[in-house]
Formats: sequence, structure tokens, C-alpha cells
Amino acid sequence: MLEIDKLEFEYLKNQPILNDISFKVSQGQLCGLFGPNGCGKTTLFKCCLKFLNFKKGSISVDETNINRLSIREMAKLVAYVPQEHKPSFPYLVRDVVLMGRTPHLKGVFNVSKEDKQKTVDAMKLVGIDSISMIPYNQLSGGQRQLVIIARAVAQESKILFLDEPTSALDFSNQIRVWKLLRKICHSGTTIIACTHDPNHVMWFCDQVVVMGDNRIISTGPPEKIITESVLDEIYSKICSIKDLEQTKMVYPRDLAKIKNNSKNRGS
Amino acid sequence: MKLQKGKDILKNRIDSFSDKRKIIIIILLLVFLFISISIALTIGVYEIPAIEVYNVVGTHLNPYADVGGLNRLYDVIVWNIRFPRILISVAVGIALAIAGAVYQGCFRNPLVEPYILGVESGAAFGAAIAIVIPSFLFSLQISAFIFGSIAVFAAYFLARIKGETPVIMLILSGVIIGSIFAAFVSILKYLATDAALREIVFWMMGGFYYSTWSDVALIIPVVIFCFFIIWILSWKLNILSMGDEEARTLGVSPELYKAIFIILATLITAISVSAVGIIAWVGLMMPHAARMVLGPDHRYMLPTAAMMGAIYLIICDTLARTLTSAEIPVGILTSIIGAPYLIYLIRNKGKLIFGV
Repeated sequence: MLEIDKLEFEYLKNQPILNDISFKVSQGQLCGLFGPNGCGKTTLFKCCLKFLNFKKGSISVDETNINRLSIREMAKLVAYVPQEHKPSFPYLVRDVVLMGRTPHLKGVFNVSKEDKQKTVDAMKLVGIDSISMIPYNQLSGGQRQLVIIARAVAQESKILFLDEPTSALDFSNQIRVWKLLRKICHSGTTIIACTHDPNHVMWFCDQVVVMGDNRIISTGPPEKIITESVLDEIYSKICSIKDLEQTKMVYPRDLAKIKNNSKNRGS
Repeated sequence: MKLQKGKDILKNRIDSFSDKRKIIIIILLLVFLFISISIALTIGVYEIPAIEVYNVVGTHLNPYADVGGLNRLYDVIVWNIRFPRILISVAVGIALAIAGAVYQGCFRNPLVEPYILGVESGAAFGAAIAIVIPSFLFSLQISAFIFGSIAVFAAYFLARIKGETPVIMLILSGVIIGSIFAAFVSILKYLATDAALREIVFWMMGGFYYSTWSDVALIIPVVIFCFFIIWILSWKLNILSMGDEEARTLGVSPELYKAIFIILATLITAISVSAVGIIAWVGLMMPHAARMVLGPDHRYMLPTAAMMGAIYLIICDTLARTLTSAEIPVGILTSIIGAPYLIYLIRNKGKLIFGV
């Protein structure tokens, strides 16, 4: 569904931000894009969304090179949930979700029944239909994130890009959003989400692309890829991994030492 | 049982996206606008019975009636002085309110007014130069229009970097261009004779005193035309107000539509400023008032703001020409009435309106 081939990008001459990036994501997969701060994740996102013009390499969505697509055609294929959405005017939740239908709107003024129905369906899927008549700037950060996700669902694009969808959310909302993403994937949408939490990748993703130092370190199923050696490479040896029921859990290596230190100081 | 019923009603409202209430309010405002026009026609320093006023207007509007049979004095006052003046205030009210709403939406900033890109300083300079140098190439109005547009385009191109116009750059360059033209106006004021100085100051306060039918013929078609284009594109304005990157991923090119909106808004602002001088506050206040009544969806907010702007200017101008025996520049009135209103807004509805 998404195919990136030998992508290179630099803001300034000879200071490459992305180096020889190539990977594929097939339809209906939830792919995590994982890596430390400043490794080029956001830049890669911006290239995929055509916010930035890249010179070398190619990005294809649904077997079409994105450089050949107009903004409107692009919006039918790709939706985007930003990391942080700054509300502008107090639009109702339902109107914000309806905005996702924009690339499909035909008439100048009237929103068709189909568009309204899809908006309602998207709100139900995400579970925000009960707050649909509330101005969205009065919502909490977590609820607002759900509204923007619902907008992306209403857009009915084939691929959904999420930039750190859970970074501002509490623990229960984080899990809720990831479960929701699984649900959306199940209906055939491909999802690419960037995240900082190796556990989220391990628990919820079908595939992971690990980035570090402006290039791809490895890519594949998370159980095989998220290993201590990979984490050591990007996080300078601070993580350990334990088996946990049917999955694994990543935690700081010297956890016991930290705890002991604080206990000793206390006594 | 009762709860269930309430839920059903809510569900229906969601499913049907019922906007009937909004449409009814817009129609009511339109009716109210016509009532204000009819009342404003009958009020003036020279008292004319209401019946006579409507007789004059009715005779003129009826293509088969004979205009010659009217009272000459009444005819001149009502048809040649009051009526064009009221129509101009309607057009300018619509223009400034719409331009304010468009700028606020494009810049995602509720404190933006139509003059943000320096159109008023440019127009003031154009007017001043036409007043100080009577043999100047263009008449006062055309000169004000030309320099107002030059100021905005200078600000726009100054803000353009690599094919993009970031909002912060636009506002900054608007301030810069505005202050350059303000400095030019100061030079002209310094050099002007006493009579010319008086005229410049008076023009800058804004007023409808010189409104004629030829102004009406020029301004109304442009304003109505731009209003409908902007209204047709109003959904795009909703999308633009979500921010450039999100607009792009929703399939709306921020560069293209921002350019279209800014050009149209500038055109109607420049044409109003050139006709009536600088009238403050309307463009800032009316979009907020409309948002309070009907919410921020530009499809409904734009016509509401337009009609509120028209009604507000009719009221202010009627007060301006009747409160005292001499005329008060209407810009003074709009500010005196407008400032307390904005204070009320930020004190009471700040959170709701400004979204912070």
C-alpha cells in the first residue's frame, strides 16, 4: 500500500536528514515508526504527506507516485492526524468530523446525506457520538485526539498517518487510542503511526520500522525487531526486555538499582 | 422514558444535522436589515413625513410611475442624499464584516481586523496625496484604492518565502508596510496647508457624507459579487482555519485558497476604505458577534456577520447624521460603541469565542 524507495532528503546542503530510506507497508497493517528524538521520523512523515519536496527517491501510495497526485487526489488516499492540534474556532465536534469529508464533497454548499451518514458512522466507531454537539475546543486533549482521529476515519483514505498519537494522553487513553487504531486497521485501512514507546509497538503493531541516525536500522514484525541489541543501538544500552504473557515488555535496565538507591537515601 | 425521548431527539439532531434554526435566524436578520433601511430613510435633520419618504422611494422603484410629479425638495433629500448614503453604509458594513471574518479565518486569529495588512495606511496615504497635490494623477477615491491595494500586495509579497506565506510573516509585514505608509502620511500632513490638513484628518475619521449614486453603482456590485464568491467557498474557509498542514491533508491547497480569500477580502476593504475613509471596529466585532449567535461555521457565520455589519453601520450612520446639528464622523461612533462591546466579549465570553 505504501512503498518508499531510496528516499533522501536534506534541508541544508550536505546535511542529510533522511538517508536511503526504503520500506513497504502492505494493506490493513498497523505499522509503527519507532526511533529516538531527532532521528528524522517527522521529516519522513512530512515527505510522505507532501509537506516537503524531496529530490531523490520515490514514495508510492496505492501504486501511484505521490508526486503525480494533486492535493485533492492525495487527500482521498492519505489522511493525517497531527501530534498536537491547536483549536482555532469553537467548531462543534460533528462539524470537525464532517471536515474529513472535504475531499469527497461534490456540491458547493450542500453536504449530501451520504457524507452526513459517514460522519455519524465515524463518530460512532471512535465512540464520540455522545459529545458530537459540544464545541471541540472545550474538550480535553484526549477527547480532542479522538475527534481528529474520527475526522481521519470520515475521510475514508486508504492510509492513515498518525504523528505520536498518544504522546499527550494518560495511560488509559493511550491504550484506548491504540485499540481504536487496531479496530480501524481491521476494516482494511493501513496505518502508519510514529511513537516513542517501544511497548506500544510491541503490543499493538503488526510491523515496525526502527529509525536511528537518519536511516533505517531494521524493519519487520516487532517481536523479532525490538530486541535488546536494536534498543542498545538507538538508546545507548539502557533497556532490557522481559517476556510477558504472550508479548514482551521493555523497561529501563537499571530499574532495581534506581529503586535501591532511593531507598538507601531514605533510611 | 423521558430520558429515552431526550436521547432520541439528540440522535435526530445528529443524524439530520438540522440547521433550520440557523437559516431562520439568517432570514430574520435579513428582515431586520430591511426594517432598519426603511426606518433610517425616514430619519434626518430635515423632517419629512414617513408617508412622503416611502412615496418618493416607491415612485422611483416603480418603472411605470412618473418621477416628475414628486415634491422636488423631498425627492432630492430622500432619493439623492439619504438613499445612496444608506445603501453605501449597507455595502461597507457587509464588506468590512466579511473581510474581517475572512482574515480571521485565514490567519486563525480572532483579533485580526480587515486593516491588518496595511490597507488603511496605504489608502490614507493615497487620499492624503490626492488632497495635498490637487493636480495628482487620480481622484481621491481612486488614489486611495490604488495605494491601499499596493500596501496589501507589498505586505503579501514581503511575507512570501519559498512559495509559502506563513501567518506570522504576513502579520509582521503588514505592520511594517502599515508603518511605512503611516510615516508617509505624517510627512504629507507636515507639509500640508491648514485646509488640506483638516481634510486629511476628516477623511481618516471616516464618514458617508459624500455618498452618491455613482458610488453606489461602483461599490454595491463589487461587494455583492465578492460576497457570493466568498460565501460559495466558505466551507474551504472552515478547513483553512484548521491550519495549513491540516488543510493540505484535507485536500484544500492552503496557498491557493488563502490567496483567493485575501485578494477578495482586500478588494472589498480597499474599495470601501476609498469610498468612506477608515471605519474601525466593524470588521473586528461583527465576526465575533456572528460567531456568538450562530457558531463558527463560516457557511452560516458569513451571511450573519454581513447583515449584522450592515445593520450596525446603518444605526451608527443614522446617529452620526442626526445626533447633533453638525455631522459626527461615523468612525468615531463605531469606535465609541465598539470598544465597550469588545470589553464585554473578552470579559464574559473570552473562552468560548477565542477558543483558548
